[in-house]
Order: sequence, then C-alpha cells, then structure tokens
Amino acid sequence: MLRLPRFKYLRPKTAREAARMAADLGPRAMFVAGGTDLFPKLKRRQFDIETLIALDFLPRDIRNGSIDCVVGAGVTLAAASRDEHLTQSFAGYAEAAGLVSSPPLRNAGTVGGNLCVDTRCNYYDMTYEWRKAAGFCMKKDGDICLVAPSSPRCWAVSSSDTAPMAIALDCVVSLTGPDGERELPVSALYRDDGIEYMAKQPSEVVTSLKLSAHRDTRTAYAKVRRRGSIDFPIAGAAVAIQLDGDRVVRCRIVLSAVASHPLEATAAEAFLKGKRVEADAIRETADIAAKPAKPLDNADLSHFWRKRMVRIVVEQALLEATTKTPGSKVKLLGQPQE
Amino acid sequence: MTPNGKFGVIGKPLPKVDAVAKVTGRAIYADDMLLPRTLHCRILRSPHPHARILSIDTSAARRIPGVQAVITGADLPIKFGILPVTQDERALEHEKVRYVGDPIAAVAAIDEEIAAAACDAIGVEYEVLDAVMSIDEALVAPKDEPIQDYGGPHNIHKLVALEFGDVESGFTRADHIREDVFFFQGSTHLPMEQHSATATYMDGRITLWSSTQVVHYVHRALSKVLELPMNRIRVIGAAHGGGFGGKTDPFAHEMIVCKLAMMTGRPVKCTLTREEVFYAHRGRHPVLMWVRTGVTRDGLITAMHFRTALDGGAYGSYGVASTFYTGALQTVTYDIPAYRFEGCRVFTNKPPCGPKRGHGTPQPRFALELHLEKIALDLGIDPVDLKQRNFVKAHTRTVNWLRVTSCGLDECTERVMTASGYRNREKRPGHGMGFAISSYLSGAGTAIYWNDMPHSEVQIKVDRGGVTAFCGAMDIGQGSDSVLATIVAEELGLQPADVRLVTADTDTTPIDLGSYSSRVTFMAGNAAIEAGRKMRGMLIEAVAAKMKCDAAAIEVGSGRIGDFSFEEASVLAEGRFGTLTTAGSYTPPKIAGPYKGSGVGPSPAYSYTACVVGLDADARTGLVRVNKIWIAHDVGRAINPLLVEGQVEGSVYMGLGEALMEEQAFRKGLHKWPSMLEYKSPTFLDMPEVETFIVETVDPEGPYGAKEAGQGPLLPVPPAVCSAVYDALGVWIDEVPVTPEKIVEALRRKQKGEPARFGPARFPTIPYPPTIKVEPPPKDLDRAAAASI
Amino acid sequence: MKQEVLREVERVVLALDVNGERTELLLPVHKTLLEVLREDMQLTGTKHGCELGECGTCTVLIDGRAELSCLVLPIQVEGRAITTIEGMARGAELHPLQQAFAELGAAQCGYCTPGILLSAKSLLETNARPSRDEIREALAGNLCRCTGYSKILDAVELAAGRMS
Ligand SMILES: Cc1cc2nc3c(=O)[nH]c(=O)nc-3n(C[C@H](O)[C@H](O)[C@H](O)COP(=O)(O)OP(=O)(O)OC[C@H]3O[C@@H](n4cnc5c(N)ncnc54)[C@H](O)[C@@H]3O)c2cc1C
Ligand code: SF4
Ligand code: FES
Ligand code: FES
Repeated sequence: MLRLPRFKYLRPKTAREAARMAADLGPRAMFVAGGTDLFPKLKRRQFDIETLIALDFLPRDIRNGSIDCVVGAGVTLAAASRDEHLTQSFAGYAEAAGLVSSPPLRNAGTVGGNLCVDTRCNYYDMTYEWRKAAGFCMKKDGDICLVAPSSPRCWAVSSSDTAPMAIALDCVVSLTGPDGERELPVSALYRDDGIEYMAKQPSEVVTSLKLSAHRDTRTAYAKVRRRGSIDFPIAGAAVAIQLDGDRVVRCRIVLSAVASHPLEATAAEAFLKGKRVEADAIRETADIAAKPAKPLDNADLSHFWRKRMVRIVVEQALLEATTKTPGSKVKLLGQPQE
Repeated sequence: MTPNGKFGVIGKPLPKVDAVAKVTGRAIYADDMLLPRTLHCRILRSPHPHARILSIDTSAARRIPGVQAVITGADLPIKFGILPVTQDERALEHEKVRYVGDPIAAVAAIDEEIAAAACDAIGVEYEVLDAVMSIDEALVAPKDEPIQDYGGPHNIHKLVALEFGDVESGFTRADHIREDVFFFQGSTHLPMEQHSATATYMDGRITLWSSTQVVHYVHRALSKVLELPMNRIRVIGAAHGGGFGGKTDPFAHEMIVCKLAMMTGRPVKCTLTREEVFYAHRGRHPVLMWVRTGVTRDGLITAMHFRTALDGGAYGSYGVASTFYTGALQTVTYDIPAYRFEGCRVFTNKPPCGPKRGHGTPQPRFALELHLEKIALDLGIDPVDLKQRNFVKAHTRTVNWLRVTSCGLDECTERVMTASGYRNREKRPGHGMGFAISSYLSGAGTAIYWNDMPHSEVQIKVDRGGVTAFCGAMDIGQGSDSVLATIVAEELGLQPADVRLVTADTDTTPIDLGSYSSRVTFMAGNAAIEAGRKMRGMLIEAVAAKMKCDAAAIEVGSGRIGDFSFEEASVLAEGRFGTLTTAGSYTPPKIAGPYKGSGVGPSPAYSYTACVVGLDADARTGLVRVNKIWIAHDVGRAINPLLVEGQVEGSVYMGLGEALMEEQAFRKGLHKWPSMLEYKSPTFLDMPEVETFIVETVDPEGPYGAKEAGQGPLLPVPPAVCSAVYDALGVWIDEVPVTPEKIVEALRRKQKGEPARFGPARFPTIPYPPTIKVEPPPKDLDRAAAASI
Repeated sequence: MKQEVLREVERVVLALDVNGERTELLLPVHKTLLEVLREDMQLTGTKHGCELGECGTCTVLIDGRAELSCLVLPIQVEGRAITTIEGMARGAELHPLQQAFAELGAAQCGYCTPGILLSAKSLLETNARPSRDEIREALAGNLCRCTGYSKILDAVELAAGRMS
C-alpha cells in the first residue's frame, strides 16, 4: 500500500489564520482542501512537507447575483457541476467542473483546489522509486529536465479543467494573505513555468471565485482525454463568446494542457472579434488559436497528435458555443467524417 | 440428471456460490488477512534495466528501529521458474539485475512505512550494463553481455521451426500468394487486486496464503527454493481478486515472506504496490509477425507460412510455451493443408512476459484474421465468405495433429451476422463493421512438467446429508467453485448451495493444476462428474436395497433419492458402506502429435467464437468509438449461462482494451507508466453494449458437453476492431493498440499515395534452425482410436 | 524519504461514525481512511487497487456521497456518516443492489464490487430510475477488469426497478 508521509495537521479557523501559518512555516507546509491532487503526490513523495494546513473553513456555498456568481473555494467540483445557476448562466464552467476526473473524485475535489492544481508531467507524476530510477528532474530532487534536457526550465503541463474556463469568463479570485485580502483576475494567477506555476504568494489562500458575464455570453468547454472518465485533459479549449445576432462582440479562447499555464489564444480572439460566426471563420480562428500551443512528450499520446487536437477542440468549443444552447457538452468521439 | 435426460441445475442461471460473500465484503482476500504479530515486508527493486551487482550494504537498514530482518539473494540463492527448462529466476538477485523492478533485497519490519524506509536505506553498488529494449536489439550481438546465460545466439531465448505437410507444393498450387507483417503490442493483466501473500512458520511447517491462480505450482517452487519437503509446506489460495494469467507463475514475494517468516518466527505479509504489479507482469508478449499464405482463386488456403518474434522480457516464465502457442492454433479454425511455423523468443531488459488471457494466441489470431481479410480483398471475395469457406470441420485432425472435436464456427458466424446486420450494413464513411473468429483450448492437453498424474482430482464426502467437495482448483472469479458445486449437485439431485466446497489448499484438497488455460470446468468438471456418479451409485444402491427394487428404477432429483430424502438416503448409505467418500480424476487423452513441441496446442476440446464490431471512426482526429459488439461463443454446453456470459463479456472488455488503449510501454529503460491512471483500462464510458449469444455444440468429452468460455472470446476483438476501422476509413492499422495517432498517420500516408496502412515495415532476419518436417496425421487416425476403445 | 521515519507521529483521538456505529480511535493523523478502515477497524470489505485515486476500488460513502477512501483523512470526516460495504445490508438481509449483483453475476472476482455497490447506492438515492447512460456516468470512476460492466449495468437496473 502506498502511504502518506508523516506530517503535522493544522486546522486554522479562518483564511487569515491559515495564511499566517503558511507564512510562518514556509515551504515545508502546504494547504490541503479536497486533497485529491495533493495526497497522491505526497504518496509519491513529490513534495517534502512537514505540515499540512487544512482549509476546512473555506466557504462551500454558491451565491448568485443577477449576472454574477460567487463560488466558495470549498465548493466541490460535483456541486459546482450540478448547481442550477451555474449550469444555466455559466454552462461552460459547470461542464468543465463536471469533466474533471471521475464522480467520486469530484465529490472531494474543490473549486479552489482545481485552480491551484500542480502542473503535470509523466516524468514527474511517478513514485519516488520510479523517479529515483529514471534520475530525478529539476521539478523535484534533480537539476535537469528529462523531457527537454537542454532546457533551463521545467515544462510540466497545466492540467486544470476549470482554470481555462475561469480565465475565458474573466473570473476573479479572492485571495487572503497573512496581511490582508485582495482580488486577482484568474488570468493573473498563473506563470509560464512548470515549477513556480502560480503567481500568487504561496501563503495566500484562494477563498472564492467570482464569475460574471454579459447575459448573451455563451460558453463551452471541450476536453480531450483517452477515456471517458478519470483522465486529465491532454488538450482542451474553453470558450466564452458574446454575440450580437451572429456577429461576435467579445470572445475569449483559453487552452488547457498545452503549456505550463492556461494558454490564452489572444491572436485568435482578436481575429474572431467583429466577424460573423460562420464555418470558415471558426476554422480559421481555430488554426490561429492552435499555433502557440506547444505540447511536449510528457503527457499521454504523442505531442504531434495533441497539437493537432488543439485546433479541433477550439473549433468544437466555438461551434458548440455558437450553435447550441449555451454550453452544451462537447463530445469528441465518433464525429462522422466530414 | 434425471432419467428422462432433463437437467436439474445444469444450464440454469443460478447465482455463484460465493456471491453473497462477495457482495457483502465478507470474502477474505489475501491482503485482508492480518494474523496477530504480523510483520510487513517491502522489497527493494533494481533501478537499472541491466546491471551487475557489485555489493549490497544492508547495515543502515538493519539499524532502523522496527526492522526485524533484512534478506538478500544470498539468503535465497536457489533458482526457480515455472517451466522445468527455464529455472532462471531468483527470489532476490545478488549477482545481476535484468529489468527495472527486479527484486534485490527484502525487509520485514513492524510496519510497512518502516520497511519501505529500510529498503531505501539499503546501499547497492552496480556496474551498469547496456540494456536491450527491443526485438531488433536482442537479435544482434550485445554491447556488454547477454541478459541470460543460456539460449542464444545473442539474446535469443528460443527458436522453433516446424513444417507440417508439403508447404512448397502448397504454394505452387496457389493462384494467389500474399505476405503481411503485423505487430501486437504487449499488455498486462491489471487485476484490480494487487498480489499479496502472508506466510507463517511454526513447528517446521510453512503455511502460505496467497492470491495465486495455481497453489500447486507455488507449492512446488517453494519446496525447491526453501529446501523443504512439500509435506512441510501448505499453500492456500485466498479469495481471488483477479488473475487473467498474471498470478500463474510462482513469485518472488511468495518465497520472500516464507523465508522471512522462517527467520523471524512471526507471520510476514507482503502486498505489492500497483507499480510492483506492473513489474511482476508475466503479461502479453509483444509479438512481431510475418505471414505468407497461398490461396486458390476461390479463396481456399493451399499453404501457410507463419513467423513470429516474441519480446519475452528478462526471464523465461512460460515463454517456451508462449512461443509454440504463437504458431499452434492457426490450424484449429481454418483448414490449412500445409503449414510451416517459425518462432523466436528473445530476452530484453523488461519485466518478464508470460501467459495472459489467450496465452500466445491473440497475437497470431490478430495477424491471421486481418491477413485473410486482405486476401479476400485481393480476390474480390467477401471476407466473411472467404473465411467460411476455409472453416475447419468438426471431428477432424489438423495438419499439425491437433484433434478437433465439436466445432460451432458456422453457427457462431451465422448468429453474429444476423444480429449485427453485417451483410447489409450501411456503407458510409466514418462508420464501419468488422468480423473475426477465434478458437481456444479447454485446458492444455499436457502438463507443464512431465508426469503421469491426473490433471485434476475431486473428492466428495457425504456425511449425515451434508455434501462436501474437495478440489485443488482455485476460483479466480471466473466461478470455478460454482461450476464444481453445480456438477456435484446435478449428480446428487441437489442444489449448488447444498454443496460445501473446500478448494485450493494443498493440505486438504487433491491436486488440480490450477486456473489457467481454461482448464478447470473441463478437467475438474469431468473429475467431479466421476466422483459424483460414484457417490450417486452408492446412494442409489442403498436406497434400492431398502426399497427392495431395481437400482435402475430409482430416480434422483429435487433433493430426493427414490422414496427418500437425500439426508435419509445418505444415512442409509453410510450404514451400508461406512464413511461415504468417493473420488474422481481427469487425465486428458494422449493426443499430442509425434514431434518435439507437440505438447503445446493439443486440448481435449476447442471453443469457437465469432464476433462483429460496429464503430465510428473520425478521419480528422483518428478517434474511434465502438458502438456495439456482437459475439457468439461455442461453449459446448453452458453449465451456468450467467457465468458463461460473464466470461464472454469480460473477455470482450479485455480484448477491446488491448485493441484500443492498453500498452505495456517502455521509455529509457523504464516502464513508461506503471499506474492505473496512465495504463489505460476502459471505464464504464468506454465500453459499448455487448450482445452475447451462447452456442451449444455439446462436446463428446466435456462435462455434460461443456468446453471453455474464459479466454477464446477475447481473441477476435482486436482484429474485428481493425477490420471495422478499415471498413470505416479505408486504412489498415496492422498493430494494436489502435490509437488515434496511428489512424491519422495512416490516413496521411493514404492521402500521399503511400500504402494506406500503419504497422511494422518489415520482419527481422532471424537465424531460425533447420525446419523439422512432420508428416501430417493419417486421415483416419481418430476413427481408428475411437474404434479401438 | 529516509528521514521520514525519524519524524514524530502526530496522533489524534477521533470519533468516527462508520455504518451508524460511533467508534473512538487514537490514530496517526497521516493514515488515510482506507488504511484506518482496513487496519484499525478490521473493515476489510473496502478494497484498494492503486491508493492514488485512479481506480475507484476504495470507494466509500461519506454523508451518502461516493468518495475515494484512499484520498481522505479520518480527521477530515469526523462526525460525518461513513458507509462501507459492511453497512449496506440490513442485518442479514441484503440490500436490493447486493441481491441483484448476486443474482445476475455482477461480481466475478468481487474485488471492485464493494466500491461499485456503494457508488450505485449513492446514485439510486438521488436518481431512483436512472437510464443506462446515467448509470454509466455515475459509475465511471470505478474500474472493473472482470465483467466488462454489462452485468453490473443490468444489476443496477434490476435493483432500481425493484426498489421503486
Ligand atoms: C486520478 C486523478 C485524476 C484527475 N483528473 C483531473 C482532471 O481531469 N482535471 C483536473 O482539473 N484535475 C484532475 N485531477 C486533479 C485534482 O483532483 C483536481 O484538480 C481537484 O480539483 C483538486 O482539488 P482539491 O480540493 O482536491 O485540491 P488539493 O489536492 O487539496 O490541493 C491541490 C493544490 O492546491 C492547493 N490548494 C488547494 N486549495 C487551495 C486554496 N483554496 N487556496 C490555495 N491553495 C489551495 C494545495 O496546497 C495543493 O497544492 C485528478 C486527480 C487524480 C488523482
Ligand atoms: S518538464 Fe522536465 S523538469 Fe518539468 S517535471 Fe517534466 S521532466 Fe521534470
Ligand atoms: S485505491 Fe484506487 S482509487 Fe483508491
Ligand atoms: S469483478 Fe473482478 S474487478 Fe470487477
């Protein structure tokens, strides 16, 4: 049986208290919410920690305004995926939450945890013994990158399903640090680095996620993975699009699992803005969106194929968002040949 | 059976005898055992694919508080192996390691955490050797040294070359000859239960509980390695959490816990982690195949030449048998008048391959089915027609001496054709159907080690109305306990629930060679019938005497024997005969051909399967969605149709996993993804609806006519998937798994005007030995044998 | 890794509510619920296949919802209702799902069965007559290597029919 390392377990009552503990203890302490990302990694000894700081106090409610909605960071992915208001007004977000891993995992995994989920790499998400045999890499215990040995940086992949959607919706997170609170757009939460992938202070707690969108905004999330369940995304596209008739007023396209951070396809967004949603425009937008995606050989299936799939997920997410009711689920399998 | 030929319980969809234990969580699996004072064991494994061990320093590990014992290869130096010809494994290696995961040292400690830390504290010095990671590399001179010190040249383990009938003239007669190359990737069993074993040692006796498929082989290997007589060792099979062939070898951890129990005087338990299960492996061999077939204008096969190259991993395991299996069963489905087989197994620095569901036969089945499809296309004949024209007939001998008894190929084919609408399928791009057939053994006709003993024995004891059946067979979830109970119940006119079972315990049960090669229903079943009929005879005799009538007039059934309840009858019989015990045994007929290697392939009966796969395939993405699978299986007789359907559906599942996603892949000398997340096993959402048809041909030698169901139905799934992909997109994927990237690549090649396929380009040059020519059997061989009985 | 065992173990007294029985235990805080159920409470009906959240074998119910006991700490679920396979039957009477699984042969080796039964129980409590696809969705986190899932789907449908 794979077991957790020994640790101390602290249970602060408030976010402020938690942040202070984290600031005091430094890198040998980590927050734990649902634990669905953290515990497997601790069992594989991907972190050296002495203390876990529990985030049990995080709000678990979803507060609805007329056009916005505040989701407590402690809300489970299952609850978020089923919430009536979210499924109606922010369908793409609810879909993304509902496509994370598997049903029992979504009953524990949280909205906050999904935004902070560690970057992934199939040289890194391995047991201690495996990594020791392979030779440790710079993300943990070593000093080179096994995927790109000449690279000075780590290319581990941002694999959150909801973060791209949160960025596409221009969501804002509330952070509580040792000294106070602040709000940050989700787009500013990440850095393009496989190791230091979060731009917030390590001691800051994500307490809630605020979604807001114009009434006409339609959203969709398309995810590719090998199996119908359990698997992380190996390519994904989150789309939020605001239409005036069939003309695009605003458009956000954010990719998952193709870089060390959720990748904003800004050129594609600019291209589509003002255009009519027609098949040609969508196809061209998808081509442009796919360009900056540079998957490497550190996730499931070949990076060539994943690269090819980026165009397709963008296209499908755009099609879904623009042709159907807001945010119906994208099914990639079994598309008849064109 | 009642005198009017109607069955009491045979053929009824009754619940399994262990169903309640399993749905309530009360079945005790090996890892659920926790004896008082148990020590926990962890194993240190090699981080190198190939290296000499220069030194092992366990002193730091021994100093960790809570560590009770540390052992290395020096403590368990005797080699073992499942086949007598390849005794090449050690429980712990102290000279040389041959794959990442090879066991080196083991620790017993008061808990697992401490044992793991102690393993990490063991210092090992290595001299790293060049690793051989592919068939091609194994065929050339190694940079440093060969992996094993036997076999050869280079890293070749085994070479075989056999010819049956006159292949040359068969090809001369052919109107059309075709050659193809295929590759079948390796895969692992991935039982949900990780291997686990607990040993105790007391009073000079070892008792081992293990999640094994074959208590008998573990028993033998333990005796050898521990240097204890077999009568000092007891092996008990715990409730079993899935095997599929992966728990058929004796394993290092089983020997290690015994040794540690002997040293510490305390129970010792070892449960492998999921990653270690990937290293224990013994899974499907990756096999490269080349096949050349001659056919007449009408598609009748005139000759076939089949070559295989198996990537065996680092040790022998069942490999010699696996090699023969890749050439054995081609002839059992198609009438091949002249047949040549050349096989080769190589050693590589990977976990050893062995028997996985279908042992050595899914790979050649894949090649053969697709090869015939291509021949049919060449000739402009419908592939189903072409295959049907070549189907073997019941009660014949194949050119390589395999004896076919009952054969339901035609009926199976008709069933799936009708149900799927294959012949009238809608032809539209992106949508396809594929057809394939297969056959499998109902138990191997010869034992793994040479002996004259029965392959299965069953004892029955009746005492004051209670019936107990004893048999060494291990129920690995396939329901063999239920089959035994059903057969005994049938013979004694009872219900399966009336029969108590004692199974898989080397101290208390007579021998059975275990749950592999689909042998239990056939062999233990026949033994149970014999024991049951003897018991029935005694009961009838006692009742007839009491009723003062002829024994032939006594009816048995519904819990009654003649005018008496079963309980009364058993009291009568006990009074008349004393203790009521009977025994039955089964030895398969000696039907092997007169040549070396003929022991692999013969079976008292073969099951047959036909399958149609319907799918959508997307040309842009290469993604495939299987919509439905129709499968018809000739099981001879369904002793319990629920269990047969369950075996068929489970086989389809595993076949589909191998066809689409499962892959034992390596990168830089390491297993690429030894986890349940990255080694892809289909989920509920990846599994299509399966429509199962049971075909009953009532085999003359099977128990009530039964054959097998647990393996054969896996085989046609991968080729049927590939042929459906061709139907949908017009490209051949000549290797599994059929991943989307391969489809996309094949379509790209097609577009560029290159051959529309993805698969191996060539078959390597292999130094096969001179071919041994074997005369085909005389036409009337079995008729003569039948007459002489 | 080496230093780990030298670290002190933090122990906590927890009152766990498992299958309606409240038990107080002194536990190392880093032991997962899976380990505690199996090793400290002898509730070995809960199985494990990966201990990493990847297979669903260790599924238990927490306040009626399916969760992976290999990724839960007892301290996180103190005071909440934990249901394991041992708590499914009413005394000697099987739960309709257990009955249906037994009747239809939905358990072969039975190793995935406890987790799947609990996932199915949780489903039927929120959706009494699920469609076959809804059952697939709800059970998609539980792998089974033996059955090919067909008999499991049949059994859940049968039980749902009988229960409503
Ligand atoms: C088999 C498997 C499959 C998975 N598949 C997917 C998938 O398909 N898509 C996907 O997106 N994820 C997947 N995950 C990852 C993970 O389960 C989810 O991302 C989940 O949402 C994480 O939430 P959590 O509450 O469990 O986070 P935790 O594990 O508790 O924490 C994750 C990280 O975030 C930090 N953290 C958590 N909450 C906060 C907070 N409020 N403020 C600051 N820091 C915080 C923690 O310190 C930790 O570093 C998978 C995991 C497994 C084991
Ligand atoms: S990308 Fe390179 S450095 Fe980063 S985790 Fe993977 S191997 Fe390590
Ligand atoms: S044991 Fe596999 S998910 Fe918990
Ligand atoms: S019944 Fe064996 S794993 Fe499901």
